[in-house]
Amino acid sequence: MPALRETPLAVLRIALLVSLVCSMVVAGTAVGLKSMQLENRRVDRERHLLAIVGLHDRALSASEVGERFRERITPRLVDLDTGAYVGAPPGHDSFDPLTWEGARAATDPALSRVLSRSEDIAGIQRRERYAVVYKLMQGERVDALILPVRGYGLWSTLYGFLAVDADLNTVLGLRFYQHAETPGLGGEVDNPRWKALWPGKRLFDSDGQLRLRVGKAGGDNQDSRWRVDALAGATLTSNGVNNMIRFWLGPQGYGPYLKRLRQEGVES
Amino acid sequence: MNASTSAKPRALAVLFAPVFDNNPIALQILGICSALAVTANLKTALVMSVALTLVTAFSNLFISLLRRQIPGSIRMIVQVVIIASLVIVVDQVLRAVAFELAKQLSVFVGLIITNCIVMGRAEAFAMQNPPWQSFLDGIGNGLGYSALLVALGITRELFGSGTLIGFRVLPTVADGGWYLPNGLLLLPPSAFFLIGLFIWALRSWKPEQVESPAFRMAPQVREQEP
Repeated sequence: MPALRETPLAVLRIALLVSLVCSMVVAGTAVGLKSMQLENRRVDRERHLLAIVGLHDRALSASEVGERFRERITPRLVDLDTGAYVGAPPGHDSFDPLTWEGARAATDPALSRVLSRSEDIAGIQRRERYAVVYKLMQGERVDALILPVRGYGLWSTLYGFLAVDADLNTVLGLRFYQHAETPGLGGEVDNPRWKALWPGKRLFDSDGQLRLRVGKAGGDNQDSRWRVDALAGATLTSNGVNNMIRFWLGPQGYGPYLKRLRQEGVES
Repeated sequence: MNASTSAKPRALAVLFAPVFDNNPIALQILGICSALAVTANLKTALVMSVALTLVTAFSNLFISLLRRQIPGSIRMIVQVVIIASLVIVVDQVLRAVAFELAKQLSVFVGLIITNCIVMGRAEAFAMQNPPWQSFLDGIGNGLGYSALLVALGITRELFGSGTLIGFRVLPTVADGGWYLPNGLLLLPPSAFFLIGLFIWALRSWKPEQVESPAFRMAPQVREQEP
């Protein structure tokens, strides 16, 4: 009886019914699996944080990763405007450093502010007021700082970490945990050979000016201590990484924090 | 040969015909995009195969159950809604239980929604056949897809990186062995060449799969001086 199921009412009914059932199935799965997915993301982030300072081994299980992470890395919340450590963001009773994400905080009007056009060189639009920094500890001594960074490349925002030595000047590494740049071109930011260019580079010159650049040699960009070669065929992604470094180490990023550490010492 | 046209397809034929006789990739030339993208190593190829097989089987099952209720005017959109929901469920499960693999497969699990094999079986088979057979047809076509993906995955990973599912099989020169990996096999175009070779082999074995040429090449003609 094909005629009967073609009436507008029958069409509407089956459309509603199918949509309802399907949306319930999809929503149910997403909600039911959310805790496992968040846990996976946390472990993934911990793996990245350990890897950037050379403490990661792919063979480590999730619980071993968590153990090593807690043993060596101490997350702290920093007020980016003053550069001081804070316990918990205002309005929040507690703060869990392992689930805090700067990029998510930046979508909350109470915890972030809009960047003006001239400030927003990294193309992130809003910047969180509080950011998590990770201190790599060796007993009581701070060995390194790992700073979350993000910036717009060609197609996507690149999310990653920059590790800086306790001298607050030497780069220990840069790696991304999420981006959607062109595989084989901009996607080469994940290439181990390119990532290997970063360790040992200097951020600031003797006057304390940010000098690290991603780009080709030339002009005032001769000294390889302050230069990381851009990716061939991925000019816009390379520019994005360069802008990201300039933003996050500048006055809108971790500038005030690094300044305070220079005055009061990394251990403070 | 074509199971979807015969009136009462037998279960075994429905299940196994798509593997060699009516392979979705090699004969129908569907689902090529993901076959190029996820076969650089065997592990992702296997996961993708399982994901697509499950989606095709269950979308066939549900669409077949609803086939007498689905109005012709919104037939395809209903199919897509069902397929999309199943794909999202598979994607969410992968993200929860196999995070690393889900990251490697990135968009390709989501793109199963647009995979022509799934939609093609829903439209060509499940809309006309009872649920159980439609389910088997989905599994069968998934197996056909899987067979090719696994063959590609083995070839590309073994000769491209000297490993299989991450285990070293051929010791590479970089590790002090003798095997120099073929870098081309790690790039998507190599899967294209391999699929071509596979189709050639399959059609030499089963000549009835060779299509009659759409046009015949004219003999070389010399342009005549006016």
